[in-house]
Amino acid sequence: MINSNRLLYFLPLLTLAIMAGFFAWSLSSGRDPAAIGSVLVGRPAPALAAAALQEGAPPLTDALLKTGKPVLLNFFASWCAPCQIEHPLLLRLAERDGVAIIGIAYKNKPEEARAWLKRLGNPFKQTGIDPEGKLALDWGLSGVPETYLIDGAGIVRLHYRAPLSERDLATILPLLRGGS
Amino acid sequence: MMLHRLKVPRCARDDTIFLVDASNPTKLSSRAKRGTFLLALLALLLAFPALAVEPSEMLKDPALESRARDIGRSLRCVVCQNQSIDDSVAEVAHDMRLAVRARLAAGDSDAQVFDYMVARYGDYVLLKPPFTTATAILWLGAPVVLLLAAGLLYKAGRRRSARAAAVQSTPLTEEERRRLAALLASGRTHGER
Amino acid sequence: MSWPTLLYKVSGVWGNHEGSMLLWALILALFGAAVAIFGVHLPDSLRARVLAIQALIGVGFLAFLLFTSNPFERVALPPPDGNGLNPLLQDPGLAFHPPLLYLGYVGFSVTYAFAIAALLEGRVDAAWARWVRPWTLAAWCFLTCGIALGSWWAYYILGWGGFWFWDPVENASLMPWLVGTALLHSAIVVEKRGALQSWTVLLAILAFSLSLLGTFLVRSGVLTSVHAFAQDPARGMFILAFLLIVTGGGLALYAWRAPQLANQSYGGGGLFQPISREGALVLNNLLLCTLALTVLLGTLYPLFLDLLTGAKVSVGPPFFNATFVPICAPLFAAMCVGPFLGWKRAEIWPALATLRTALAIAVIAALVAAFAIDGRSTLAAVAFGFAIWVIVGTLLEFAGRLRLFRTPLSDSWRRLKATPRASLGMTIAHASLGFIVLGCVGTGAWNHELIKTMKLGDSASIAGFEVKLDRMDALRGPNYVAERATLVVTAGGSPFTVMAPERRLFLVQRRQIAETAINTNLMRDLYATLGEGDAVNGWVIRLYYNPLAPWIWLGAAMCAFGGFVSLSDRRLRVGAPQRSRTAAQPAE
Repeated sequence: MINSNRLLYFLPLLTLAIMAGFFAWSLSSGRDPAAIGSVLVGRPAPALAAAALQEGAPPLTDALLKTGKPVLLNFFASWCAPCQIEHPLLLRLAERDGVAIIGIAYKNKPEEARAWLKRLGNPFKQTGIDPEGKLALDWGLSGVPETYLIDGAGIVRLHYRAPLSERDLATILPLLRGGS
Repeated sequence: MMLHRLKVPRCARDDTIFLVDASNPTKLSSRAKRGTFLLALLALLLAFPALAVEPSEMLKDPALESRARDIGRSLRCVVCQNQSIDDSVAEVAHDMRLAVRARLAAGDSDAQVFDYMVARYGDYVLLKPPFTTATAILWLGAPVVLLLAAGLLYKAGRRRSARAAAVQSTPLTEEERRRLAALLASGRTHGER
Repeated sequence: MSWPTLLYKVSGVWGNHEGSMLLWALILALFGAAVAIFGVHLPDSLRARVLAIQALIGVGFLAFLLFTSNPFERVALPPPDGNGLNPLLQDPGLAFHPPLLYLGYVGFSVTYAFAIAALLEGRVDAAWARWVRPWTLAAWCFLTCGIALGSWWAYYILGWGGFWFWDPVENASLMPWLVGTALLHSAIVVEKRGALQSWTVLLAILAFSLSLLGTFLVRSGVLTSVHAFAQDPARGMFILAFLLIVTGGGLALYAWRAPQLANQSYGGGGLFQPISREGALVLNNLLLCTLALTVLLGTLYPLFLDLLTGAKVSVGPPFFNATFVPICAPLFAAMCVGPFLGWKRAEIWPALATLRTALAIAVIAALVAAFAIDGRSTLAAVAFGFAIWVIVGTLLEFAGRLRLFRTPLSDSWRRLKATPRASLGMTIAHASLGFIVLGCVGTGAWNHELIKTMKLGDSASIAGFEVKLDRMDALRGPNYVAERATLVVTAGGSPFTVMAPERRLFLVQRRQIAETAINTNLMRDLYATLGEGDAVNGWVIRLYYNPLAPWIWLGAAMCAFGGFVSLSDRRLRVGAPQRSRTAAQPAE
């Protein structure tokens, strides 16, 4: 009985040790406390329904995501500076690696989005427009640019809530080539 | 060891452009007017959080609007730090507020509206965490510790009073009675000052 | 130079991480000096130990400053006009908020030092409790002021009646306050009855540890917060290491030495029945510590869960409303009963019988609240009842102490003058909590809100007031440009007041701040905020009517005042009592 009482006195110290362990883990892991994760990964992709950016072109539908081949979906906007930074990477993916990328202009005026793409180059197989952000909400968007990788079976495999970087290519390309 | 955290710039399409209505008579000099206009062009300034619900978003039906406000208070703005969507001026929060009202107007119950948001953003978007096995410790931790502590105290108290009672109920031996009498006799001189 | 500018030049020193750490170190040194000066009646060995530990903590903070947060580091290209103080901080309320908070946090370092000294010496007795009390009270009073000031500032800056958001940084200040309150109460038991020694020592260590934890959370970047300073994991590691040394060392010493403290019993062996003054104080401690644990869990759980499973979860006001508020109910219920109970053993029914009146008034108040004032929320009516119970119950106890209306008034007056200040302080502080709850109920549950787009000449009506947007001006301040709306408020046709909310854009930092217009008569607040807009479409005007809102701040001020009244008790300044002759020798 004495022993269990003495053990009780060690309880606060033990609690501190556990908490400090978590804190040290958090600090050394480079964890971003503002990261919100993505609930879409591993699940079937949400519906894709958007008007085409090009006048007269047919609207975008789910069929684009169910071609049996993996595809990237990228939300961008002409008023967004980081989108401009990631754009060359998308161009490279489309031209050099033959990746199918679908682009959605988020909260953009159509003419501004078109002008931006004309100026910087258009890596997108198909481009749509989401003027009010309703589609973006369905895809759990928290800002632009965001990129999703949907595999051939229509399951979302990756969700980047940041501009794509060279490091991300190492993860993306195998999945794109692998097929599913 | 320098620990760096990579911070990637993003556009969350925040906020409000500060506008001075040039058509209103102003007290500003022309140089200030130019300066203000210039500043007005500098978009995307972070406003301090204030209640962000705009009249244009609000529903006509007061009962629905009040439900929307209650739900909005319990949904987290995903691009802000610890704000509900009702408090945030971010664009995404605005969209979420509109979506909440659209769902309510379409006849969804409160639970269905929450499920709608969770399906898109995960449990993160709920300011009141769901009660699951993962969050059981969160919800029950403090009450359980309270009950355990109360129980321990109660047991300790019982044990001590049992010990005290045991001491009191054991009669003194003959030897102890003689010692007590001797102590009391001599103790009388110590007790007085 | 005008005094506000001077004030902000000074408060700008601590408007950032390095400067605020410098302020910490300064206050730490000042408290150490205070112990040296005012602690002359402490036994030498105790005073030496306390000063040494205080100095050790100081060393830690100075090392932190030197190695990671040097405020005197030279900037390569200093901006010609300086960085400019964050416009949010250009406010008298917020200028004083950090110093008051730090006085509280650092004050608990003295309590910690006393606890460690006691553990080292191996003795915690009534004298120790008597010596430690003024320092704990001082720290607690300042912390109360600091928290209240921060909350009040948020209220009048944000402009919609919100004053507490359960943000991690706010929680970090609430936790030491809760534990400090528990410590104040358990120290009474040590002083009067010689029980709960090791528990009190533990609380003293925990109060300061939670202050350090708060510092860690704010500056390390493990949690997101609207309040947080610039994040830096390197600094976080340093503070964590410091936290481990201070708290870990303290708790290790506690684990080793505290069992011996439990063996020292004197003044009756520290036994008491559950129904007794000690029992009530133990209940108080249990509930306050549960509240602190609730806040701690809510604040840290997202971090722990994220690390363990990667799941992202949010803990916000709805959680705390569901878990924190219910535990306050038994606390408030017991608050009035406690002072009626005798030491060691008491009967509950005579105490409750005296409080019959309070109970009746509270129930009537709750019913009035639900049916006559505002029936929107039953919880609010119940909380209203609890608040009235606390106020009336505390006043009844005080009246009983003075034998008010049972003896001639001159006799009551004589009793009043003879009442120890500590008891006065207790009455004031307990009653003030009732007022705070009344304010929370009024502004949280019974407020009126009107959000409207108004063009020039438009009118809106709220809570019996008519508000007309009379004019809009653009103007320039010393370091900002602003839009100002002039709202003419009439009540029942006759002019009442003019309110002028503004939206300010600070030029250097390019930040926008709303200046709300508040009209208060200390019973209710009338608020107006100016939002976005233009002459064509109108401006978004937000109007709020917050009944009883001022009572939150008045109540908090009253609470701190009660603490200061207690602090001024002569018994705390007269020399320490001699060891009682009747104290039993420690059992061998």
